[in-house]
Amino acid sequence: MTNRQGSIPKYIEGYGKVACYGEAVPKRTMAHKRSVTEKQSKDKISTLKEAICQSNLQDGMTVSFHHHLRNGDYVMKRVLDTIHELGIKDLTVSASSISKIHDSLLEYLQDGTITRIYTAGLRSQLAHEVQHHFNLKAPIVFMTHGGRARAIEDGSLNIDIAFVAASCSDYHGNMCGTRGPSAFGSMGYPMVDVAYAKRSIAITDNLIEDMTEAYPDEISISGDYVDYVVEVERIGDPEQIATGSTRITSNPMDLLIARKTAHALIASGAIRQGFSFQAGSGGISLAVCKFLENHMKQNQIVGAFASGGVTGNLVELFEKGLFEKLYDVQTFGQDAIDSLRDHAGHIEMSADTYANPNNPKCVVNQLDVMILSATEIDVDFNINSITGSNGVIMGALGGAPDTAAGAKMAVVVAPSMRTRIPIVVDKVTTICTPGTDIDMLVTERGICVNPKREDIKRSLIDAGIEVISIHELKDNIQKLTGVPDKPTLGDKIVAVVEYRDGSVIDVIYNL
Amino acid sequence: MLFCPANNPKLYYTAPSYKPDCIIFDLEDAIEVNEKDAARDLLVEGIKTLDFKDIEIFVRINGVTSPFFKADVEAIVPAGVRNIRLPMCQSAEDVQTLCRLLDAVEEEHHIELGSTKIQVGIETPKGVLGVREIVSTCERVIAISFGAEDYTASLGVERTIKGDELLFARSMIANVASMYDLVATDTVWSDFRDEEGFVEEIRRVKGLGFNSKSCIHPSQVELLHKTFAPSKEDVEKAQKILEAVEQAQVEKGGVIAVNGKMVDVPVITKARKIMALRQKE
Repeated sequence: MTNRQGSIPKYIEGYGKVACYGEAVPKRTMAHKRSVTEKQSKDKISTLKEAICQSNLQDGMTVSFHHHLRNGDYVMKRVLDTIHELGIKDLTVSASSISKIHDSLLEYLQDGTITRIYTAGLRSQLAHEVQHHFNLKAPIVFMTHGGRARAIEDGSLNIDIAFVAASCSDYHGNMCGTRGPSAFGSMGYPMVDVAYAKRSIAITDNLIEDMTEAYPDEISISGDYVDYVVEVERIGDPEQIATGSTRITSNPMDLLIARKTAHALIASGAIRQGFSFQAGSGGISLAVCKFLENHMKQNQIVGAFASGGVTGNLVELFEKGLFEKLYDVQTFGQDAIDSLRDHAGHIEMSADTYANPNNPKCVVNQLDVMILSATEIDVDFNINSITGSNGVIMGALGGAPDTAAGAKMAVVVAPSMRTRIPIVVDKVTTICTPGTDIDMLVTERGICVNPKREDIKRSLIDAGIEVISIHELKDNIQKLTGVPDKPTLGDKIVAVVEYRDGSVIDVIYNL
Repeated sequence: MLFCPANNPKLYYTAPSYKPDCIIFDLEDAIEVNEKDAARDLLVEGIKTLDFKDIEIFVRINGVTSPFFKADVEAIVPAGVRNIRLPMCQSAEDVQTLCRLLDAVEEEHHIELGSTKIQVGIETPKGVLGVREIVSTCERVIAISFGAEDYTASLGVERTIKGDELLFARSMIANVASMYDLVATDTVWSDFRDEEGFVEEIRRVKGLGFNSKSCIHPSQVELLHKTFAPSKEDVEKAQKILEAVEQAQVEKGGVIAVNGKMVDVPVITKARKIMALRQKE
C-alpha cells in the first residue's frame, strides 16, 4: 500500500505519540487479566446508580460497552444518563461499535461527561457533529474488532468498568445472550472486556435465579467476572436487536456482482473440501453464499467452518450440512440466535479468539476466503470503509482489516459506482484496510486481481473469466461518471484510524 | 434482448453490465406521453456519448399512427441507432411507411441507404395473419418480435401461464421467421420473480422455433442465455457432424453417416446453428 506516512503527524493532540502503519508499535506490558478469585460478594443485585458508585467510578476513567444490541440498545444511554446524574466527568467510552441510537452521546460529549471515544464505527448525527462542529479534546479512535481485543489485552486500553448488557443473567452474574425477550446471540465482544476490566456490571431485563441450573450450557460470561447485577425493565428494542440481513437481495446489480464473485471464487480453487469462509451480513455477501451453495451441493463440498457475524443465511448452509461448524462473534437475526442456542456445532467465540493479532491461533488466521465491502477502493487496493468519498464518517472498520490480514484470499465486493460516484479511485479518502491484504475486487463492470496474486489471475483466466487491471476499471468508470471533486477537508484531526496492531493507518479531518 | 425505458438515465450505464445480446431502449409503452420528448432527447445523448461495445442497440419507437413516430425516427437515426423495433405492425403498409421515412432520413444525413434495420412487432391477430406480407415488403426487416399482452387484449382472452392462447401466433411467427431467415423474438415474461415459469416458457418457445426473447428485468438475462444455450450433448453431436462433413465434403455431393444416421444438408444446417449459439455463450 501507499501509506500515509509523512501525512500523519508523529504526535496528535489528545492521542499522543504515533506509530505509523508499517512502523514498529512500542511493546507494552501485558494487562493484568482478572483472576476469578477476585470475586466480590455473593449478593450482586444492585441498582445501576449503586453499582456505579460501589465500583468507584471516578473522573477520567474508562467505561466499556458492547454493540450486540445494535440499533436497539437502551443500555449505553441509560448508563451514561446515570453517570451524568452523578456528576462524573472526563470519561473515555470504549464501545465495540456505535450506532445511530447512540446519538444521545452527543450531549455528554458537549458537557464534558465524555471526552474520548474508542469504537469500531461511528454514524449518523454523532459522526456529523464530530466532523463539523464539535471541538473534541481527543480524536475519536477507530479500532478493529481484533485490534480492540489486542489493546485490552496488551494494556493500551484499560477498562475500569465494563457495562455488559445481557438478555439473561442470574443473581451471580452468569450471563448469556440467547435467552429472554431481548435475545441477541453471541456475547463475543464483552467476553474480552470482563476478563480485563477492573469491575464489571451486568445489566439485564431477564433476571433468573441460577443459570447453572436453568441453562448450564449457555453461559457466555461467568459470574466470576461480574461484580454487580442490575435488573432493568428493558435492555433494548427486540425489533431492532434481532435484525440482520437475512434476505437475499433482489437488486439485480447486487445479484450480478454476487454471481461473478461466486464464479471467481470457484475458478480460483478456493471452494474446496474443508475450506473456511467468512462473509459480511450485506446483501451481496449473502447472495454469494447462495450461489456457492449450489456449487457445494453439486460437488459434495463441505466447508470446515464459516465465521464472524453469523446470519440466518449461514445457519441455513450449516443446517444443510455444507459447513461443519460456525464460529460466532456476533449474531444476526432470530434464526441465528436460535441456532447458537440449539446447535453444538454453532460455537460462540470471543473477539480475542476471533481476531486478536497477538493470538496466532485466532480464527481469522485460519480463513481461506473472506468477503468484505467498501465505500471506496483505490488503485493500490487500499480499502475505505469508514468515510464516504465526500469525507463524511459513515461506517465502521468492524473486523474487516483483521480478516483481510488473516485470510488466504480477501475479496472486495462493491458496485463500481454509487449514485454516480465512482467507487474505484486513485486514492481512497481514508485507508482502513491496506491494499497489501486485498487479493481481488469484484464489481459489475469487471474483476481485478491484485498484481501480487498472479496465481489467482491465472486461474480465473484459465476458467474463461475476464480479468482487467484496476487502472482500466477506474478509467472505464470515470468515462461514465467523470472525476468527482475531492472533498475540502479542514486541518483538525477529528479521528484516528488504528490498524489492528495499534499503529495509525490514517487520520480523518474535520469538514 | 433487454428492455430499458429510455427515460431512466441510470439504465444507460447499468444495463450493459448484464451482458445482454441487445438492449432495446423503449420510447413507446414505458414512457408517459408528457415524457416522450425528454426520453427521446436523453436517448439521443446516450447513444452519442456511450460506448455499448458489442451489445446491439435497438429502439422501440412509437407506432406509425402515433404523433411521435416521425420525430422518433428523425432523432434517433442520425444519432446512430441502426436497429428499430416497429410496434403494432399490422400490415405491409406500416413497414413501408417506416421504410420511406428511413430512406429520407438516411439520405438527408448521408447515412448508408438501407443500413437501418427493422424488427417488426407483431402484437395483434391482424398482424399475425399478415406476417408474411409484413416481413417480405422490405429488405430492412431482419427480425420479428411477438407482443403477447396486446395480442391477447385484441383477441379478448386472458394471458395464461401455460400460454395455449398464444400457440397459433407463436407458431406462425416462428415459421415465417424461419422461412425468411429472420430472428424470431418472443414476448416478455412479466413476473420476473417467477424464474421457474420464465425458464419453462423459454423452453416452450425454443421448442416452437424462437431463437430470442425480450427480457423485462436484468435478472432474466442470464437465465435466458443459459436456457437458450444448446446442451452439452447437442454441442458434442454437432461437433461430430461438422467434423465428419469437413472430411467427406457432403455439400459437394458426398454422403456420410454419424452414429449410424445419415447426415444431409438440413442436419448440417442445424449443427451449424448449434455451434453458432455455442460461440455466443
